[in-house]
Amino acid sequence: MTADLSALAYLVASVCFILALRGLSHPESSRAGNMFGIVGMVIAIVTTLLLPGVVTYWMILLGIVIGGSIGTFIALRINMTALPQLVAGFHSLVGLAAVLVAAAAFYQPQAYGIGMPGDIHVNSLIEMSIGAAIGAITFTGSIIAFAKLQGVMSGAPITFTGQHPLNAILGVVTVLLVAWFCVDQLGITFWMIVLLTLALGILIIIPIGGADMPVVISMLNSYSGWAACGIGFTLENNLLIITGALVGSSGAILSYIMCKGMNRSFFNVILGGFGAEGGAAVGQDLGDKTVKPGSADDAAFIMKNAGSVMIIPGYGMAVAQAQHALREMADLLKKEGVEVRYAIHPVAGRMPGHMNVLLAEANVPYDEVFEMDEINRDFASTDVAFVIGANDITNPAAKNDPASPIYGMPILEVDKSKTVLFVKRSLSPGYAGIDNGLFYADNTMMLFDDAKKMCEHIVKALEA
Amino acid sequence: MSVDSFQEQAKDVAEKAQELIESVEVLVTEGTQMAMTSAAEYSGPSPLVIGLTVFVLAVFVGYHVVWRVTPALHSPLMAVTNAISSVIIVGALIAAGPAGLGFSEVMGFLAVVLASVNIFGGFIVSQRMLSMFKKKK
Repeated sequence: MTADLSALAYLVASVCFILALRGLSHPESSRAGNMFGIVGMVIAIVTTLLLPGVVTYWMILLGIVIGGSIGTFIALRINMTALPQLVAGFHSLVGLAAVLVAAAAFYQPQAYGIGMPGDIHVNSLIEMSIGAAIGAITFTGSIIAFAKLQGVMSGAPITFTGQHPLNAILGVVTVLLVAWFCVDQLGITFWMIVLLTLALGILIIIPIGGADMPVVISMLNSYSGWAACGIGFTLENNLLIITGALVGSSGAILSYIMCKGMNRSFFNVILGGFGAEGGAAVGQDLGDKTVKPGSADDAAFIMKNAGSVMIIPGYGMAVAQAQHALREMADLLKKEGVEVRYAIHPVAGRMPGHMNVLLAEANVPYDEVFEMDEINRDFASTDVAFVIGANDITNPAAKNDPASPIYGMPILEVDKSKTVLFVKRSLSPGYAGIDNGLFYADNTMMLFDDAKKMCEHIVKALEA
Repeated sequence: MSVDSFQEQAKDVAEKAQELIESVEVLVTEGTQMAMTSAAEYSGPSPLVIGLTVFVLAVFVGYHVVWRVTPALHSPLMAVTNAISSVIIVGALIAAGPAGLGFSEVMGFLAVVLASVNIFGGFIVSQRMLSMFKKKK
C-alpha cells in the first residue's frame, strides 16, 4: 500500500469516528453511530497491517485474539451498575498502551521513520515523551479511580500537608527531564520520565473524593485522548491526532459539564479534599427539628392518589440496584393513571449519564426521562416528588443559604412539589457533609429503608 | 576557395552545431534536475506544522460534535470515545510488525493486547448500553 493510499484510508477512518460521535446526538441514531466507530476501527487496523513494514502477522493476530477475547468477556459480563469502574479500568489500558508504544518508538525509531537510535529528531523526542507522560498519568490515575469506584480503596479523599507543592515540583521536574531527554537521548531518562509521571498519576487522583468521580473519569477520558494525540504526533499519523483530539475535547467538555453541575471550578475539584470532613456533622442540632417518617403503605397511598409523580434517582439507587423495582412501581402507578416522569441531575451517579443508562437497563423508556434544565420548572405543578438515593442535588440550601458549602450549585427544585417522599436509609448527610433542610419540611415524608426494599414494599402495597 | 575546403568548413559548422545541441540538452536535463531537487527541498510545511493544523481543526470538530450529544447518552459517549482512543493500536501494530523479536516488538505486542481489550470491550459495552435505550411503546 502506498503512503498516499494509506493516508486516504486513515482519513476515511477519521471521518467514521466523527460520525460515530455525531450519531450520539439522539438515541435513534446512536446505534448506527456505534457501527461507524467499529467500521472506522477495522479500516484503521487493516490499513496498518498492509503497511510494508508490518510483516509478523501471527504475533499481531495472537495479540488481537487475546485482547479481544478478554475485552469481549468483560463487556458482556459486566453489570451496568459497575459501569463507572469499567470505564476507568479501560482508560488505564489506553494509558499503558501509549507508554508502551512510546517506548517502542524510542528503541526502534527507524520503524517509524523518525531517525536512528541515539539520533532521533528533537520534535519526535518531545512528542514521544509527552505521549508517554500523559499515558503514564492516565494509567495510574485511572487505576486509583477504579479502586475508589470499586470500593477496593476508600472513596474518602487522601490529603497530607505539602501535597500540592509536591505535585507541582514533580510536574516541573518532569518538564526538565523532557528537556534533558532531548539532549542526552538515553533510555534511563525516558524511564525516569515514565516513573515520575506514574507516581504523579497516583498523587493527582488520591485527594479527590468518591462523589467527584464523574469529573475524574471525564478528565481521564480526556487524558487518554491527549496521550493518543502525542503518539500521533510522534508517528506523524493524522488518524491518531484527529481521534485523540476528538476524545480529548469530548472528555474536557464532559468535565466542564460535571463541574458546572456542582457549581465548582475544575481546579477546585482537581485539588481535591472536598467532603473530607463528611459525617462529623450528623445529627448536630436535631433537637428542634422533627421528621415525619412514613411506611411503604403510606407512600403507595399518596402516590396512587396523585396526578403526577416525579422520580429523582441518585447514586443510592445504583448502589441498592433498585432500578428494576423502581420501574415496576412506576408501571403500577401508570396503570392507576398517574403520570410518571424521571428527573436527572447532571452529576447524579458516578459518571456522566450514569442514571440514564441504569433506567434504560430497567426498561424505562427514554422519553420519560428528563434532564434538569428541561424539567425543573415542572416541579411546581407536580404532586409527588419521589427522591430515591439522591440527597445533595435536592438540597434547597444551595439556593437559600449563602453560607452553605454547596451554595450556588444548581439543584432539582424538589421542594416546590406538593409532597416529597424521601427514600433514605438514615438522616445522614450527603457527600457534601451537610444537612438537608428538606428532611424536616412539613410536606416531606421520610421513607427509611434500603432503596430496593422500599420500592418492593411499595409495589406490594400497590398490588394489594 | 575550393569546393573541398568549403565542404570541410560546412562540416565543422555542422559538428559544432551538433555539439551545441548536445550541451543544450545537458543543460536542460541539469536544469530540470535542479528544479526537481529544489522542489523536493521545498516540500511545504514540516510534519509538525501539518500535524498541528490537523490537531487544531480536529479539536474544533470534536467540540462541536460533542456539545450536540444528548446528556442522556453521556455514558455511551465515554464508552465510545474510550473505544476509539484505542486507535493507538496503529502505533502498536507498527511496533510489533517488523520481523524478529526485539524489545520494541514485545512492547508493541503488549500494546496490541491492551488496545484490543479496549476496542472490543468499549464497542461491545456501548452497543449493550445503546440497545437498552427504547422509546415508549
